[in-house]
Amino acid sequence: MATTPASGSVDGAGRKQIVTSLATAAIAMRDVAVARGGRQIWSGATLEIPRGSFTALIGPNGSGKSTLASLVLGQLQPSNGSLSVLGEVPHRGNPAIGLVPQNHALDKASAVQCRDVVALGLAGTRWGMGLRGKQVGLAVDAALEAVDGMTFGKRRFGEVSGGQQQRVSIAQALITSPEMLVLDEPLAGLDLLGQVEIVELVHHINHDRGVTVVFITHDLNPLLAHIDSVLYIHNGTPQFGTTDEVVDSDVLTELYGTPVQVTRTADGCVFTRAE
Amino acid sequence: MWFATLVTSPSTQSGIELLATPFLRNALIAGTLIAIAAGAIGYFVLLRDLPFATHAVAHIGFPGATFAILVGASPVTGMLVACVGGGLAIGWLGHRSGEREVVTGTVLAFASGLGIFFASIATGQIASVTSILFGNILAVSSTQVIVFAAITAAVVVTIGLIGRKLMFASVDPVVAAAKGLNTRLLSVVFLVAMSLVIGISVTVVGVLLIFALLVTPAATAIRLTARPLWVVLISTGIALISVWGGLVVATYLPWPPSFVITTIACIFWVAAPFAARLRRSDSESLHAAGQPAISPH
Repeated sequence: MATTPASGSVDGAGRKQIVTSLATAAIAMRDVAVARGGRQIWSGATLEIPRGSFTALIGPNGSGKSTLASLVLGQLQPSNGSLSVLGEVPHRGNPAIGLVPQNHALDKASAVQCRDVVALGLAGTRWGMGLRGKQVGLAVDAALEAVDGMTFGKRRFGEVSGGQQQRVSIAQALITSPEMLVLDEPLAGLDLLGQVEIVELVHHINHDRGVTVVFITHDLNPLLAHIDSVLYIHNGTPQFGTTDEVVDSDVLTELYGTPVQVTRTADGCVFTRAE
Repeated sequence: MWFATLVTSPSTQSGIELLATPFLRNALIAGTLIAIAAGAIGYFVLLRDLPFATHAVAHIGFPGATFAILVGASPVTGMLVACVGGGLAIGWLGHRSGEREVVTGTVLAFASGLGIFFASIATGQIASVTSILFGNILAVSSTQVIVFAAITAAVVVTIGLIGRKLMFASVDPVVAAAKGLNTRLLSVVFLVAMSLVIGISVTVVGVLLIFALLVTPAATAIRLTARPLWVVLISTGIALISVWGGLVVATYLPWPPSFVITTIACIFWVAAPFAARLRRSDSESLHAAGQPAISPH
């Protein structure tokens, strides 16, 4: 079994630590419900996502995965219950949270350089002109290095590959040195190798920097080797469990409403497969 | 028209003497101011996908100008008021209408009809209507130059203040909103600035040729570079060369400046891909060496 244990994991390098405590949870919810346009999306969410964890957020389309992200980012207020994110009430513009949005295909992508996209993550909320100040430049270099992106930093965003665009988006999210990263379907549109590279990159950000990761996806397979927990929305209620608890044939079959089989192979990989 | 009387006697006056004439001096200052204002907003017009909106706003300004003529007010004032109103209306539509192009186009056609209706009532003003539609930089008054200077200064200062925020909100609206930027307010501020620039640019190139100053120079610059500050500088430069070129040629040849201005801007735009290709092949060899290797960790 090579799936990462659910919590309290400290490996040989010893850098990753998962802390579970009410006060220090990355995301803590008490009976949270959320509505959009008068329609209840989900309700009854009582859960804690520990700091330093790598959590996959799964659920069928339209179940409210992105809504949960909006809630965490302070873009949406819960219609019921209480919610704390990194120990505070969620609020917009929190530099401690980095966002990699869904379909991050920029408008007018060919009119901007990758470097400037990253720089906007830091300087884009400030008054004034220009993105090439020395301080910003150093931060951009550091963020691009963290995603292995120095080679294409000066190319136009619209000219680099989908995987490279996703790296730029992650660098943009990392430039404020966030404690938590929220990624909304970052693997959409990538080929298999591209998916593996992005998952590995996110794993390193989580593992080496202790950044809490919430990874929204409809496909759990590419993540199984690295996630330690799963947040899933079932029957209109978000639930949180360890990978071992959730990645189970019966649970996933019920969750997706279609037969899913979990196979544990000899070399430690875990696959889920619809029949 | 002014330039028509001017070009009848080019041989008797040197360029310096021509510059000393108030209308040509006004034209030169006005043209320079408008080129700077257009350069400041052109990049954002493209980033925010508003080229067609500039065209529409100019058309909405047309009835404003002809109505002003009808009631004996300054057409430039009427133009500015109608442009700002039109710009705000388009911004409001942009948030809620999936048929933005159809709505804008319909309003544009109606505005043009209204403009020509006002002009037909104000009899004997055909020359003014032609100036509004095709521009007449040589008719700019000293008072107008002062208005243009104030608007250009306001627009440049505004863009200088909000440039970074505006770029973030334009290129990456989802993350910008998550970071707490008021993207809607930025949009309104920009539309007002853009509409003011359109209002004053119409005096140079006219309602029908507004693209040549507001869109074509920035589009040319983006073909050459993706660095925002360079785009602004290059597009300002192209607009300046176009306007100055138009004035110089018009002092010696019986051609309308608008024709020369749009032609120069268009030549830059057509030539830009070739220049970009030359630049790229220069740096290609460097890039090839530094192509990212696939790193599976």
